[in-house]
Amino acid sequence: MSSGEANMTTTELVPLVEMRDIRVAFGGVHAVDGCTVDLYRGEVVGLVGGNGAGKSTLMRALSGAHPPDSGEIRIDGQPVSITNPRDAKTLAIETIYQTLALADNVDAPSNVFLGREVTTRLGSLDDSAMESATRTVMGRLNPNFTAFKTQVKSLSGGQRQAVAIARAVYFNAKILIMDEPTAALGPAETAQVRALIRQLKSEGIGIFLVSHDIHDVFDLADRISVMYHGQIVGTVNKDEVTIDQVLGMIILGKRPEEVTQKELAKLHG
Amino acid sequence: MTEASGITGAAIRGPSGRSPRSLLRSIEIDTRLLGMIGALAIIWIGFNIMSGGLFLTARNLWNLSVQSSSIAIMATGMVLVIVSRNIDLSVGSLLGFLGYTMAMVQAIWIPTALGLGFYQPYTWVVALLVGVLLGAALGGFQGFIVAYGGVPSFIVTLGGFLVWRGLIFQYAQGQTIAPMDSTYALLGGGPIGSLGDVGSWVVGALACAGIVYSVIGSRRRRQRYGFPVRPTWALVTVIVAGSAAVLGAVWIANNYFWPPALATQYALDHGITEPPGGLQIPVGIAYPVLLMIAVAIVMTIIATRRRFGRYAYAIGGNPEAAELGGINVRRTIMLTFALLGSLVAISAAIQTARLNGAVTNLGVQNELDVISAAVIGGTSFSGGIGTIPGAVLGAVVMQSLRSGMVLLRVDSPTQDIVVGIVLVTAVGLDTFVRRRATR
Ligand SMILES: Nc1ncnc2c1ncn2[C@@H]1O[C@H](COP(=O)(O)OP(=O)(O)OP(=O)(O)O)[C@@H](O)[C@H]1O
Ligand SMILES: [Mg+2]
Repeated sequence: MSSGEANMTTTELVPLVEMRDIRVAFGGVHAVDGCTVDLYRGEVVGLVGGNGAGKSTLMRALSGAHPPDSGEIRIDGQPVSITNPRDAKTLAIETIYQTLALADNVDAPSNVFLGREVTTRLGSLDDSAMESATRTVMGRLNPNFTAFKTQVKSLSGGQRQAVAIARAVYFNAKILIMDEPTAALGPAETAQVRALIRQLKSEGIGIFLVSHDIHDVFDLADRISVMYHGQIVGTVNKDEVTIDQVLGMIILGKRPEEVTQKELAKLHG
Repeated sequence: MTEASGITGAAIRGPSGRSPRSLLRSIEIDTRLLGMIGALAIIWIGFNIMSGGLFLTARNLWNLSVQSSSIAIMATGMVLVIVSRNIDLSVGSLLGFLGYTMAMVQAIWIPTALGLGFYQPYTWVVALLVGVLLGAALGGFQGFIVAYGGVPSFIVTLGGFLVWRGLIFQYAQGQTIAPMDSTYALLGGGPIGSLGDVGSWVVGALACAGIVYSVIGSRRRRQRYGFPVRPTWALVTVIVAGSAAVLGAVWIANNYFWPPALATQYALDHGITEPPGGLQIPVGIAYPVLLMIAVAIVMTIIATRRRFGRYAYAIGGNPEAAELGGINVRRTIMLTFALLGSLVAISAAIQTARLNGAVTNLGVQNELDVISAAVIGGTSFSGGIGTIPGAVLGAVVMQSLRSGMVLLRVDSPTQDIVVGIVLVTAVGLDTFVRRRATR
């Protein structure tokens, strides 16, 4: 039910990512309770919802950080099993985690290349090559960034976020998960990330964008999936809804057509 | 960007002026390491004054180097274990067990059980190989339980501490296994188990060449990408200071001579007539010290230039992030224990060779010395912090304290009290300095 009408805008038949009936529980808490979402090539799908709605948990199921208890994930129509982050990376799924997930005590280049280090023929780490490549990506993200030799623990929140973004975009991802990618960024850096998202999209990469900034989402996303208490309320085409309608879905947990006049009045009151 | 002219790199590095600290930074030498060298100098000079000049003699320093080597070797492995947020309490017992096994291989299994006879040319290699492989397997087994079983390393290795020691007592029945193979015994050092003067100078020259090569090589790599490099004077300072230290150490080792009785025996055996003052044969660098230097170099490369080392540090900094970054955290942790296990075997060989036999209390309390050496050397239990050269220096500091107090005839309980206080003070100071630095 989620994306039937939305598919009409996309000409491709097989989605890049399909997550079907995904469930994740922590003890008795059903953080993700039967969610179905999909994503096409060159598409940005915004994932929105209140705090604790289950957005990060759903994305972590796709990135291998926390495999789902049940449900099916298909990439290019093929069922896949993603049991750890390495599996996801093998499938060209890159993630910017809400927590950033940086190794605090090594520098930015080591973080960008963590787990995929550049080595010389003899298998030694080629730190200069990694630093050089990191300078290049960072030049695109945040030209003011110069702390290439500093432990990332002593960087500012926004600089750390830039490192996390650099790590996700460097390795030719096919699928990008961005969980609050601009939460710590200043206006100029946010604009840069928006431009980056548009460019990646034009390169055919599929992007899940989790954000609380509804204007950001409306600006960047093609479709918007709304989560409420672990479930998908609905997935809508950005062009067919208003910001208020989406806010209503986030807060009330109902699709626009199900919302009564009384509830709407309360929302605005 | 800052990749402009590299020659005056000091100016590029930061806004700070030419304070002593920024000078040190442009040399790119770890200030903590320099601090430790300073502390060591104070300890040495202090003991020398208190002992009336007995401490800073070629003989005492040579002995110090041999005594430090076995703990230093294990401490380099302990660094990676502690850096990735674990601990290994079993090293002393494991050392006993491995030393015992290697002694059995050369004193009983090869010569008698297999009937191949004593003093075969391959005996020492087989014994050492068995020890190193068994050490890696047993260390790796404990690491497996820690990493894949999720049992805290404190508990697993506390168990190992009891089990390995218990096994020695069960199988040795209080017996000493001796003597060791004659080639194997050279690993223990002593006048015969040393390089002599020519060999020591050759090693010293090679080490100087190595310093020049690595310093210039890393500068070349950075230049190739147009990164800032340290200024030429800093480069020269590092090379000169490093080479001076190496050659000075060789000079000291060559100024320690064979004991007169041994020299007389040597003269008799080789038909040399002894000169009036007795034959002066320079001892040179001892084999265990050479082994320790080799291990320290290899471990430094592993820790700083290989994936495995980088992963150990990343895990220590933030285990969850390391996992999310795609690192195989469990395998890395298991391997840190396996690596330490194989280093324990090398130390076990040195100790059994020195004793020329295996006794049941071999390696008792070594875990404490090894952990202390790593920690005094700047390894932090909060994970992600620690260096190999620091741990080696830590082992030398520990051994200097012990042997200095022996020279001053301090009794053993008092020695323990002093070492305990120094350990806590050193770590306390280190934590204090670190906290101020990050503020
Ligand atoms: N590791 C965990 N252990 C236990 N409960 C968890 C864990 N991670 C998430 N939860 C629970 O799962 C639910 C969904 O959390 P999730 O982080 O997915 O929300 P979210 O939509 O990303 O929220 P936010 O907008 O605040 O980031 C919450 O109730 C949370 O308490
Ligand atoms: Mg979240």
